[in-house]
Amino acid sequence: MLGTAIIVFRETLEAALFVGIIAAATRGLAGRSRWLTAGVLAGSAGALALAAGAEHISALADGVGQDLVNAGILAVALAMLTWHCVWVSNRGAQAAAEARALGSSFTQGQRAPWALMIVVALSVLREGAETVLFVAGYATGSGPVGTVAGAIIGVLCGVALGALIYLGLSRVPMKRMFAVTNTMILLLAASIASQLARALSQAGVINVWGQPLWDTSPLLRIDSPVGTMAHALVGYEAQPTGLQLTFYALAVLVIVSGARWMRKAQAGQRTDSARRAIVRA
Amino acid sequence: MNLFRSLAFALFSFSVLAGGSLAAEPEVLLVIKNHKFEPAELKVPAGQRVKLVVHNQDGTPEEFESHDLNREKIVPPGAKVTIFIGPLKPGRYGFVGEYHEASAKGVVVAE
Repeated sequence: MLGTAIIVFRETLEAALFVGIIAAATRGLAGRSRWLTAGVLAGSAGALALAAGAEHISALADGVGQDLVNAGILAVALAMLTWHCVWVSNRGAQAAAEARALGSSFTQGQRAPWALMIVVALSVLREGAETVLFVAGYATGSGPVGTVAGAIIGVLCGVALGALIYLGLSRVPMKRMFAVTNTMILLLAASIASQLARALSQAGVINVWGQPLWDTSPLLRIDSPVGTMAHALVGYEAQPTGLQLTFYALAVLVIVSGARWMRKAQAGQRTDSARRAIVRA
Repeated sequence: MNLFRSLAFALFSFSVLAGGSLAAEPEVLLVIKNHKFEPAELKVPAGQRVKLVVHNQDGTPEEFESHDLNREKIVPPGAKVTIFIGPLKPGRYGFVGEYHEASAKGVVVAE
Protein backbone atom coordinates (compact mmCIF):
# COMPACT_ATOMS: atom_id res chain seq x y z
CA MET A 1 0.00 0.00 0.00
CA LEU A 2 2.80 2.39 0.94
CA GLY A 3 4.66 1.56 -2.27
CA THR A 4 1.54 2.32 -4.32
CA ALA A 5 1.01 5.57 -2.41
CA ILE A 6 4.57 6.73 -3.13
CA ILE A 7 4.39 5.91 -6.85
CA VAL A 8 0.99 7.57 -7.25
CA PHE A 9 2.20 10.57 -5.26
CA ARG A 10 5.18 10.96 -7.60
CA GLU A 11 2.93 10.77 -10.66
CA THR A 12 0.39 13.23 -9.22
CA LEU A 13 2.87 15.74 -7.85
CA GLU A 14 3.73 17.52 -11.08
CA ALA A 15 0.13 18.05 -12.15
CA ALA A 16 -0.91 19.10 -8.63
CA LEU A 17 1.84 21.73 -8.38
CA PHE A 18 0.93 22.90 -11.84
CA VAL A 19 -2.73 23.38 -10.97
CA GLY A 20 -1.74 25.13 -7.70
CA ILE A 21 0.44 27.64 -9.52
CA ILE A 22 -2.12 28.29 -12.24
CA ALA A 23 -4.83 28.74 -9.58
CA ALA A 24 -2.65 31.35 -7.86
CA ALA A 25 -1.86 33.08 -11.15
CA THR A 26 -5.55 33.48 -11.94
CA ARG A 27 -6.47 34.82 -8.51
CA GLY A 28 -9.19 37.44 -8.73
CA LEU A 29 -10.47 36.19 -12.04
CA ALA A 30 -14.24 35.80 -12.24
CA GLY A 31 -15.42 32.20 -12.53
CA ARG A 32 -11.92 30.89 -12.04
CA SER A 33 -12.91 27.87 -9.95
CA ARG A 34 -15.38 26.82 -12.59
CA TRP A 35 -12.74 26.95 -15.29
CA LEU A 36 -10.12 25.20 -13.22
CA THR A 37 -12.56 22.43 -12.29
CA ALA A 38 -13.54 22.06 -15.95
CA GLY A 39 -9.86 21.76 -16.88
CA VAL A 40 -9.16 19.14 -14.23
CA LEU A 41 -12.29 17.14 -15.11
CA ALA A 42 -11.58 17.24 -18.84
CA GLY A 43 -8.01 16.14 -18.13
CA SER A 44 -9.19 13.28 -15.92
CA ALA A 45 -11.66 12.06 -18.52
CA GLY A 46 -8.91 12.22 -21.12
CA ALA A 47 -6.57 10.32 -18.80
CA LEU A 48 -9.08 7.47 -18.50
CA ALA A 49 -9.43 7.31 -22.29
CA LEU A 50 -5.66 7.50 -22.83
CA ALA A 51 -5.03 4.76 -20.27
CA ALA A 52 -7.71 2.57 -21.87
CA GLY A 53 -6.00 2.98 -25.23
CA ALA A 54 -2.45 2.67 -23.85
CA GLU A 55 -1.78 -0.81 -25.18
CA HIS A 56 -2.98 0.15 -28.62
CA ILE A 57 -1.07 3.47 -28.61
CA SER A 58 2.22 1.97 -27.43
CA ALA A 59 2.18 -0.47 -30.34
CA LEU A 60 1.77 2.35 -32.88
CA ALA A 61 4.61 3.78 -34.95
CA ASP A 62 6.85 0.77 -34.36
CA GLY A 63 6.64 1.03 -30.57
CA VAL A 64 7.10 4.78 -30.12
CA GLY A 65 3.41 5.76 -30.30
CA GLN A 66 3.33 6.68 -26.63
CA ASP A 67 6.25 9.09 -27.00
CA LEU A 68 4.65 10.71 -30.04
CA VAL A 69 1.37 11.21 -28.16
CA ASN A 70 3.34 12.61 -25.22
CA ALA A 71 5.30 14.92 -27.49
CA GLY A 72 2.04 16.14 -29.04
CA ILE A 73 0.54 16.88 -25.62
CA LEU A 74 3.70 18.67 -24.49
CA ALA A 75 3.94 20.70 -27.69
CA VAL A 76 0.36 21.96 -27.37
CA ALA A 77 0.89 22.75 -23.67
CA LEU A 78 4.07 24.66 -24.54
CA ALA A 79 2.32 26.63 -27.27
CA MET A 80 -0.53 27.56 -24.90
CA LEU A 81 1.85 28.64 -22.14
CA THR A 82 3.94 30.70 -24.55
CA TRP A 83 0.84 32.39 -25.86
CA HIS A 84 -0.30 33.10 -22.33
CA CYS A 85 3.06 34.50 -21.19
CA VAL A 86 3.57 36.71 -24.24
CA TRP A 87 0.06 37.94 -24.82
CA VAL A 88 -2.31 37.49 -21.89
CA SER A 89 -0.15 38.01 -18.83
CA ASN A 90 1.09 41.33 -20.19
CA ARG A 91 -2.42 42.60 -20.45
CA GLY A 92 -3.13 41.36 -16.94
CA ALA A 93 -0.16 43.21 -15.50
CA GLN A 94 -1.09 46.29 -17.47
CA ALA A 95 -4.69 46.16 -16.26
CA ALA A 96 -3.41 45.81 -12.70
CA ALA A 97 -1.16 48.85 -13.11
CA GLU A 98 -3.99 50.91 -14.57
CA ALA A 99 -6.33 49.85 -11.79
CA ARG A 100 -3.71 50.92 -9.26
CA ALA A 101 -3.29 54.24 -11.01
CA LEU A 102 -7.03 54.81 -10.84
CA GLY A 103 -7.07 53.73 -7.22
CA SER A 104 -9.68 51.12 -7.92
CA SER A 105 -9.54 47.57 -6.69
CA PHE A 106 -8.22 45.22 -9.29
CA THR A 107 -9.91 42.21 -10.72
CA GLN A 108 -8.66 40.46 -13.80
CA GLY A 109 -12.03 40.84 -15.41
CA GLN A 110 -14.38 38.41 -17.04
CA ARG A 111 -12.13 36.87 -19.66
CA ALA A 112 -11.88 33.11 -19.49
CA PRO A 113 -8.20 32.16 -19.43
CA TRP A 114 -8.83 29.29 -21.82
CA ALA A 115 -5.16 28.84 -22.71
CA LEU A 116 -4.35 28.11 -19.08
CA MET A 117 -7.34 25.82 -18.75
CA ILE A 118 -6.18 23.75 -21.72
CA VAL A 119 -2.74 23.56 -20.11
CA VAL A 120 -4.28 22.38 -16.82
CA ALA A 121 -6.31 19.74 -18.67
CA LEU A 122 -3.23 18.53 -20.59
CA SER A 123 -1.14 18.36 -17.44
CA VAL A 124 -3.78 16.28 -15.65
CA LEU A 125 -4.22 14.18 -18.79
CA ARG A 126 -0.55 13.25 -19.07
CA GLU A 127 0.18 12.51 -15.43
CA GLY A 128 -3.29 11.07 -14.84
CA ALA A 129 -3.02 8.51 -17.65
CA GLU A 130 0.12 7.01 -16.11
CA THR A 131 -1.52 6.89 -12.69
CA VAL A 132 -4.67 5.24 -14.03
CA LEU A 133 -2.64 2.70 -15.97
CA PHE A 134 -0.59 1.86 -12.91
CA VAL A 135 -3.50 1.61 -10.50
CA ALA A 136 -5.72 -0.34 -12.93
CA GLY A 137 -2.88 -2.78 -13.57
CA TYR A 138 -2.47 -3.61 -9.92
CA ALA A 139 -5.98 -3.16 -8.57
CA THR A 140 -7.08 -6.25 -10.51
CA GLY A 141 -4.23 -8.34 -9.13
CA SER A 142 -3.47 -9.17 -5.53
CA GLY A 143 -4.73 -6.85 -2.82
CA PRO A 144 -7.03 -4.52 -4.76
CA VAL A 145 -8.11 -2.80 -1.54
CA GLY A 146 -4.54 -1.94 -0.56
CA THR A 147 -3.76 -0.70 -4.08
CA VAL A 148 -6.79 1.56 -4.26
CA ALA A 149 -6.26 2.83 -0.69
CA GLY A 150 -2.61 3.54 -1.50
CA ALA A 151 -3.60 5.33 -4.70
CA ILE A 152 -6.09 7.52 -2.84
CA ILE A 153 -3.47 8.41 -0.21
CA GLY A 154 -0.96 9.20 -2.96
CA VAL A 155 -3.39 11.46 -4.84
CA LEU A 156 -4.41 13.23 -1.62
CA CYS A 157 -0.76 13.89 -0.71
CA GLY A 158 -0.15 15.31 -4.19
CA VAL A 159 -3.25 17.50 -3.98
CA ALA A 160 -2.17 18.66 -0.50
CA LEU A 161 1.16 19.80 -1.90
CA GLY A 162 -0.62 21.62 -4.73
CA ALA A 163 -2.87 23.32 -2.18
CA LEU A 164 0.20 24.24 -0.11
CA ILE A 165 1.91 26.00 -3.00
CA TYR A 166 -1.35 27.77 -3.82
CA LEU A 167 -1.71 29.00 -0.23
CA GLY A 168 1.95 30.05 -0.17
CA LEU A 169 1.54 32.03 -3.39
CA SER A 170 -1.71 33.57 -2.12
CA ARG A 171 0.28 35.29 0.61
CA VAL A 172 2.31 37.16 -1.98
CA PRO A 173 0.95 40.73 -2.15
CA MET A 174 -1.14 41.36 -5.26
CA LYS A 175 1.39 43.96 -6.43
CA ARG A 176 4.14 41.40 -6.79
CA MET A 177 1.85 38.51 -7.70
CA PHE A 178 2.24 38.82 -11.44
CA ALA A 179 6.01 38.98 -11.29
CA VAL A 180 6.12 35.84 -9.15
CA THR A 181 3.52 33.74 -10.98
CA ASN A 182 4.75 34.86 -14.41
CA THR A 183 8.26 33.73 -13.52
CA MET A 184 6.95 30.40 -12.25
CA ILE A 185 4.86 29.87 -15.38
CA LEU A 186 7.87 30.79 -17.53
CA LEU A 187 9.95 28.10 -15.80
CA LEU A 188 7.12 25.58 -16.11
CA ALA A 189 7.03 26.29 -19.84
CA ALA A 190 10.79 25.84 -20.11
CA SER A 191 10.50 22.61 -18.16
CA ILE A 192 7.84 21.36 -20.58
CA ALA A 193 10.14 22.27 -23.48
CA SER A 194 12.90 20.16 -21.93
CA GLN A 195 10.51 17.22 -21.47
CA LEU A 196 9.44 17.63 -25.08
CA ALA A 197 13.11 17.39 -26.12
CA ARG A 198 13.46 14.13 -24.21
CA ALA A 199 10.27 12.63 -25.68
CA LEU A 200 11.53 13.43 -29.18
CA SER A 201 14.96 11.89 -28.46
CA GLN A 202 13.38 8.82 -26.89
CA ALA A 203 11.14 8.33 -29.92
CA GLY A 204 14.14 8.68 -32.22
CA VAL A 205 12.59 11.70 -33.98
CA ILE A 206 15.55 13.95 -33.18
CA ASN A 207 18.95 12.31 -33.12
CA VAL A 208 21.30 15.11 -32.20
CA TRP A 209 22.70 16.37 -28.91
CA GLY A 210 21.41 13.34 -27.05
CA GLN A 211 24.32 13.10 -24.62
CA PRO A 212 24.16 14.50 -21.11
CA LEU A 213 26.36 17.57 -20.77
CA TRP A 214 27.03 17.19 -17.04
CA ASP A 215 25.99 15.20 -14.02
CA THR A 216 24.94 16.97 -10.84
CA SER A 217 23.49 13.85 -9.18
CA PRO A 218 26.22 13.88 -6.50
CA LEU A 219 24.92 17.33 -5.51
CA LEU A 220 21.19 16.75 -5.95
CA ARG A 221 19.75 13.42 -6.98
CA ILE A 222 16.73 13.73 -9.26
CA ASP A 223 14.88 11.02 -7.28
CA SER A 224 15.45 12.72 -3.91
CA PRO A 225 12.49 14.71 -2.47
CA VAL A 226 14.18 18.05 -3.20
CA GLY A 227 15.26 16.87 -6.65
CA THR A 228 11.72 15.75 -7.45
CA MET A 229 10.33 19.13 -6.39
CA ALA A 230 13.00 20.99 -8.36
CA HIS A 231 12.19 18.86 -11.40
CA ALA A 232 8.47 19.59 -11.10
CA LEU A 233 8.88 23.33 -10.49
CA VAL A 234 11.81 24.45 -12.64
CA GLY A 235 12.57 21.36 -14.75
CA TYR A 236 15.70 20.34 -12.88
CA GLU A 237 17.61 17.47 -14.50
CA ALA A 238 20.72 15.92 -12.98
CA GLN A 239 21.98 14.84 -16.39
CA PRO A 240 20.44 17.16 -18.99
CA THR A 241 21.20 16.49 -22.64
CA GLY A 242 22.31 19.19 -25.04
CA LEU A 243 18.93 19.02 -26.76
CA GLN A 244 17.05 19.49 -23.48
CA LEU A 245 19.15 22.53 -22.56
CA THR A 246 18.66 23.99 -26.01
CA PHE A 247 14.87 23.56 -25.82
CA TYR A 248 14.84 24.98 -22.28
CA ALA A 249 16.90 28.04 -23.22
CA LEU A 250 14.92 28.61 -26.42
CA ALA A 251 11.62 28.56 -24.51
CA VAL A 252 12.92 31.14 -22.02
CA LEU A 253 14.34 33.29 -24.81
CA VAL A 254 11.20 33.21 -26.97
CA ILE A 255 8.87 33.94 -24.07
CA VAL A 256 10.95 36.70 -22.46
CA SER A 257 11.73 38.51 -25.70
CA GLY A 258 8.18 37.97 -26.97
CA ALA A 259 6.72 39.49 -23.81
CA ARG A 260 9.14 42.43 -23.99
CA TRP A 261 8.31 43.07 -27.63
CA MET A 262 4.60 42.91 -26.88
CA ARG A 263 4.97 45.38 -24.01
CA LYS A 264 6.80 47.82 -26.24
CA ALA A 265 4.24 47.46 -29.03
CA GLN A 266 1.41 48.12 -26.60
CA ALA A 267 3.19 51.09 -25.04
CA GLY A 268 3.73 52.48 -28.55
CA GLN A 269 0.05 52.05 -29.29
CA ARG A 270 -0.88 53.91 -26.14
CA THR A 271 1.37 56.90 -26.87
CA ASP A 272 0.04 56.98 -30.43
CA SER A 273 -3.58 57.11 -29.36
CA ALA A 274 -2.76 59.69 -26.68
CA ARG A 275 -1.05 61.85 -29.31
CA ARG A 276 -4.02 61.49 -31.62
CA ALA A 277 -6.36 62.48 -28.79
CA ILE A 278 -4.31 65.61 -28.15
CA VAL A 279 -4.27 66.53 -31.84
CA ARG A 280 -8.02 66.06 -32.03
CA ALA A 281 -8.55 68.23 -28.96
CA MET B 1 -1.69 18.66 -58.10
CA ASN B 2 1.99 19.37 -58.66
CA LEU B 3 2.36 20.41 -55.06
CA PHE B 4 0.60 17.26 -53.96
CA ARG B 5 2.89 15.12 -56.12
CA SER B 6 6.08 16.74 -54.81
CA LEU B 7 4.78 16.43 -51.24
CA ALA B 8 4.12 12.74 -51.79
CA PHE B 9 7.59 12.35 -53.26
CA ALA B 10 9.18 14.18 -50.32
CA LEU B 11 7.25 11.99 -47.90
CA PHE B 12 8.27 8.89 -49.79
CA SER B 13 11.96 9.78 -49.87
CA PHE B 14 11.82 10.75 -46.20
CA SER B 15 10.31 7.40 -45.25
CA VAL B 16 12.93 5.57 -47.32
CA LEU B 17 15.70 7.55 -45.60
CA ALA B 18 14.14 7.06 -42.17
CA GLY B 19 13.58 3.38 -42.88
CA GLY B 20 17.16 3.06 -44.03
CA SER B 21 18.51 4.67 -40.89
CA LEU B 22 16.21 2.55 -38.72
CA ALA B 23 17.41 -0.64 -40.32
CA ALA B 24 21.02 0.41 -39.78
CA GLU B 25 20.98 0.72 -36.04
CA PRO B 26 21.52 -2.22 -33.70
CA GLU B 27 18.44 -3.53 -31.95
CA VAL B 28 18.48 -5.19 -28.54
CA LEU B 29 15.61 -6.96 -26.81
CA LEU B 30 14.83 -6.62 -23.13
CA VAL B 31 12.14 -8.81 -21.59
CA ILE B 32 10.22 -8.11 -18.39
CA LYS B 33 9.08 -11.32 -16.72
CA ASN B 34 8.05 -11.89 -13.10
CA HIS B 35 8.97 -8.25 -12.40
CA LYS B 36 12.57 -8.88 -13.48
CA PHE B 37 14.55 -7.83 -16.52
CA GLU B 38 16.01 -10.46 -18.83
CA PRO B 39 18.87 -10.10 -19.47
CA ALA B 40 19.75 -8.03 -16.42
CA GLU B 41 22.94 -6.98 -18.16
CA LEU B 42 22.56 -5.66 -21.67
CA LYS B 43 25.60 -5.18 -23.90
CA VAL B 44 25.31 -2.46 -26.57
CA PRO B 45 27.87 -0.85 -28.87
CA ALA B 46 29.18 2.52 -27.66
CA GLY B 47 29.11 5.62 -29.83
CA GLN B 48 25.96 4.89 -31.79
CA ARG B 49 22.24 5.04 -31.34
CA VAL B 50 20.63 1.80 -30.21
CA LYS B 51 17.04 0.67 -30.56
CA LEU B 52 15.97 -0.89 -27.29
CA VAL B 53 12.84 -3.02 -27.57
CA VAL B 54 11.21 -3.71 -24.21
CA HIS B 55 8.70 -6.56 -24.10
CA ASN B 56 6.57 -6.76 -20.96
CA GLN B 57 5.46 -10.38 -20.56
CA ASP B 58 3.85 -9.76 -17.17
CA GLY B 59 0.15 -9.12 -16.69
CA THR B 60 0.92 -5.83 -14.96
CA PRO B 61 2.26 -2.52 -16.31
CA GLU B 62 5.86 -1.49 -15.71
CA GLU B 63 7.75 1.74 -16.11
CA PHE B 64 11.21 1.49 -17.61
CA GLU B 65 13.20 4.21 -15.90
CA SER B 66 16.83 5.19 -16.13
CA HIS B 67 18.28 8.44 -14.86
CA ASP B 68 21.65 7.45 -16.33
CA LEU B 69 20.15 7.01 -19.79
CA ASN B 70 17.72 9.92 -19.38
CA ARG B 71 14.80 7.68 -20.29
CA GLU B 72 11.39 6.91 -18.83
CA LYS B 73 8.60 4.96 -20.45
CA ILE B 74 5.53 3.00 -19.45
CA VAL B 75 5.29 -0.52 -20.80
CA PRO B 76 1.67 -1.76 -20.63
CA PRO B 77 1.09 -5.45 -19.86
CA GLY B 78 1.92 -7.61 -22.86
CA ALA B 79 3.18 -4.65 -24.87
CA LYS B 80 6.37 -4.28 -26.84
CA VAL B 81 7.72 -0.72 -26.89
CA THR B 82 10.69 0.94 -28.51
CA ILE B 83 13.09 3.23 -26.68
CA PHE B 84 15.95 4.83 -28.55
CA ILE B 85 19.06 5.27 -26.40
CA GLY B 86 22.50 6.75 -26.92
CA PRO B 87 24.88 7.27 -28.59
CA LEU B 88 26.56 6.27 -25.31
CA LYS B 89 30.10 6.67 -24.06
CA PRO B 90 31.62 3.37 -22.91
CA GLY B 91 30.36 2.65 -19.40
CA ARG B 92 27.58 1.21 -17.26
CA TYR B 93 24.10 2.72 -17.20
CA GLY B 94 21.65 1.47 -14.58
CA PHE B 95 17.91 1.14 -15.14
CA VAL B 96 14.96 -0.03 -13.04
CA GLY B 97 11.31 -0.94 -13.36
CA GLU B 98 9.85 1.88 -11.32
CA TYR B 99 6.88 -0.20 -10.18
CA HIS B 100 9.08 -3.00 -8.81
CA GLU B 101 12.34 -1.35 -7.94
CA ALA B 102 13.25 -4.12 -5.52
CA SER B 103 13.43 -6.84 -8.18
CA ALA B 104 13.39 -5.11 -11.56
CA LYS B 105 16.93 -3.87 -11.93
CA GLY B 106 19.38 -3.96 -14.78
CA VAL B 107 22.31 -2.31 -16.43
CA VAL B 108 23.20 -1.31 -19.98
CA VAL B 109 26.88 -1.86 -20.69
CA ALA B 110 28.18 0.23 -23.57
CA GLU B 111 31.50 -0.89 -25.01
